[in-house]
Amino acid sequence: MNLTLHIWRQNDATSPGAFKTYRVEDVSTHASFLEMLDVLNEQLIARREEPIAFDHDCREGICGMCSLMIDGRPHGGRHATTTCQLHMRFFKDGDELWIEPWRAAAFPVIKDLCVDRSAFDRVIAAGGFVTANCGSAPDANDVLVAKEEADRAFEAAACIGCGACVAACPNGSAMLFVAAKLSHLRHLPQGQPERLHRTHAMVTAMDAAGFGNCSNHYECEAACPKAISRDVIAELNRDYAKATFVHRERVERGDGVG
Amino acid sequence: MNLDARIPGGPIEQKWANARFEMKLVNPANKRKYKVIVVGSGLAGGAAAATLAELGYDVACFCFQDSPRRAHSIAAQGGINAAKNYQNDGDSVHRLFYDTVKGGDFRSREANVQRLAEVSVNIIDQCTAMGVPFAREYGGTLANRSFGGAQVSRTFYARGQTGQQLLLGVYSALERQIGHGKVRMFSRTEMLDVVVENGRAAGIVVRDLVTGAITAHAAHAVVLATGGYGNIFFLSTNAKGCNVTATYRAYKRGAGFANPCFTQIHPTCIPMSGDYQSKLTLMSESLRNDGRVWVPKRKDDIAKPPRDIPDDARDYYLERKYPSFGNLSPRDIASRAAKEQCDDGRGVGPGGRGVYLDFRDAIARDGEDTIREKYGNLFEMYERITGEDPYRVPMRIYPAVHYTMGGLWVDYQLQTTVPGLFCLGEANFSDHGANRLGASALMQGLADGYFIIPYTLGNYLAGVNAAALPDPRGPLFEAAKAEVRGKLDRLLAVDGKRSIDSFHKELGHLMWEHCGMARSKQSLEHALDEIPKLREQFWSDVCVLGGSDTFNQSLEKAGRVADFLEFAEIVCKDALVREESCGAHFRVEHQARDGEAKRDDDNFCHVAVWEYAGDAAPVRNVEPLAFENVKLATRSYK
Repeated sequence: MNLTLHIWRQNDATSPGAFKTYRVEDVSTHASFLEMLDVLNEQLIARREEPIAFDHDCREGICGMCSLMIDGRPHGGRHATTTCQLHMRFFKDGDELWIEPWRAAAFPVIKDLCVDRSAFDRVIAAGGFVTANCGSAPDANDVLVAKEEADRAFEAAACIGCGACVAACPNGSAMLFVAAKLSHLRHLPQGQPERLHRTHAMVTAMDAAGFGNCSNHYECEAACPKAISRDVIAELNRDYAKATFVHRERVERGDGVG
Repeated sequence: MNLDARIPGGPIEQKWANARFEMKLVNPANKRKYKVIVVGSGLAGGAAAATLAELGYDVACFCFQDSPRRAHSIAAQGGINAAKNYQNDGDSVHRLFYDTVKGGDFRSREANVQRLAEVSVNIIDQCTAMGVPFAREYGGTLANRSFGGAQVSRTFYARGQTGQQLLLGVYSALERQIGHGKVRMFSRTEMLDVVVENGRAAGIVVRDLVTGAITAHAAHAVVLATGGYGNIFFLSTNAKGCNVTATYRAYKRGAGFANPCFTQIHPTCIPMSGDYQSKLTLMSESLRNDGRVWVPKRKDDIAKPPRDIPDDARDYYLERKYPSFGNLSPRDIASRAAKEQCDDGRGVGPGGRGVYLDFRDAIARDGEDTIREKYGNLFEMYERITGEDPYRVPMRIYPAVHYTMGGLWVDYQLQTTVPGLFCLGEANFSDHGANRLGASALMQGLADGYFIIPYTLGNYLAGVNAAALPDPRGPLFEAAKAEVRGKLDRLLAVDGKRSIDSFHKELGHLMWEHCGMARSKQSLEHALDEIPKLREQFWSDVCVLGGSDTFNQSLEKAGRVADFLEFAEIVCKDALVREESCGAHFRVEHQARDGEAKRDDDNFCHVAVWEYAGDAAPVRNVEPLAFENVKLATRSYK
């Protein structure tokens, strides 16, 4: 198949960017979207034009490194699919596509289609963990976890941290990402001791990183390549309300939070 | 080259306990005075960085991805082994030890494997405590399944995303330490050289992949956990970024490289579909718990729809040839069996390079919902890639490069032949011999990172003067930086016509055809003739666009391919000298009458360790292996 692609080119974070139009020919319908871009890049190299920079690594939908807004939809908009798992058989010969990086204040562009998502790491560093130093664990079967709870924890933990939720959100909010991590640990007994503190710390870090507020559009849920349910956001809100009180008490006691 | 493995004394069950007691300790107040560099943030590196920081060391961690959460450990699907015997089916530390030594075809070091089996139980406890959502039974206890090469259910899992869940656990522990200021994290930063000063590892030289800046970092010890080199074949199940650069540069600085020819071909991957293809996708070995592998008995049937082929016209060849292990035969055996069927003209799908993995009987027995619950995401992934629904038609699978058992040589302390330079996880060679069993890579990565390096690194650092930190502005560091810069400049200066990928693909094809699932003297000699020619072409005709002081993915790739083009020769040389078949290394000249691998224990019961010798040919050294607890025997899975 043959395609016309309008691709965002931007030299670095400070230069202005613009769309550039390319024609790519003889693409196999079995190829993945990224393999189609590989083909285009090979054609560009043959013309001595610098290839298009895009992030990718595992190419099997799990590392979360790939991104791309395709026709205004993160990862191309197919249900529960990352760009690397999006195949060309879902496009038609002669299609014209617009390909852009994630657009969000908290994700500055590095080059072309690559953005800086380190804000996600900072949110996790603020509290997205269970404090359990290596060596201090009891036998794994000493603490029972109902299968339903373990399954719910798993479903939230399936988040790959790609940032599609932020890119999809009109406010550039990271609520689905943050809430998914909170929900994962909230449904496990191991996550209980730090639950409210974790909620407060992660939401505070999310705000500090420049993500917008949630305004209940739920575009995030529609865009999530791992189909994480927006219900996790309701859980976050419930815990956050409690956490603000608990957090205040801890601060008043000088209990080392923040 | 000193290859003293420093295996502790005493009976095998006592060795690790003895070693731990004999190790020197660093006083808690002094730990913060020691700087440790960890390269790689996967299960081994991430766990090491987090745990060393918990202990109080001053840690810096480097990864080339945009976040430590992306390391390729994340893609492991099926599970992690541990000798918990929760299923009461006869498992024990000794049985896991025994299965691993046998599965590795008697080419691993007994003492290391024993330790791995011992700490496996702690790994499950630790991961559970950190909130890893393993699969559970309705009563709330942990669930298990079986993997190849074992007759017990000892594999813990989180659907088909076990590696992801374990890595996110490691990542959360690492981020906790980053948040506390105990680990300095350098993402999008690639290690390009190791600096060795006065015979000890003194630090590394890295390139900031965003700005292109080349910087030096000094430390009291350097830990490499940079994964395997499967991408030398271009097409593999590895992530695109996986490379040999870090371990190969360490090799050039004096670290011995062990058993490079032990490369694992995984039997169940989605077959190739075209020359645009950038990687191959694994279908987890766990699928062989319920899927049955077959090909048509008659060659005329290969083009027929599989559902129209009745049972008596199907050859369930693994069940036929290996009745006790059946579809759960180890990877090397299952891969070769698939190749034999296809070579025999009974392969299915495009090009006849595929066999069926059929869930019809499991769905009839347990219902579609149960199968979906166990493998849903894998079935989805298969359908997305192939456009076929595996609930209705059998999957088509074919072997693909997956894992490398070879790696930097390490002693019992996980130290390479360079003092102060340690190596963990897939990047080292120690535990899997000539073939790794399924669900053992995650186990080894976490064992090394959580439970071994925290002890053995302390033992090393206790003998190092904390006040004597190497100077990163010293002449050796400056020289290493200049060398790194020089190489990048040379890559840009070639200014030829051919793309980097075209060279990588050609090398991969050469390796797959001549140093892949079956190797011969002739094929390896051919490869050894061709590789230097290809390398010469690369250095005279490669086209690397863009600059070196900017974000440049082409330049990153070119450096990695340049290293593969050198390293490939060592892989082939190792395969050529090892005149036997063992595990994944199959020399067609050395096979039993039934086509099984034929080892030569008289001449090759050893680890081959390659030593860099500058412009001269590399030197092959040997660490003899002794089997005192498992009797050397021909492997049988019949």
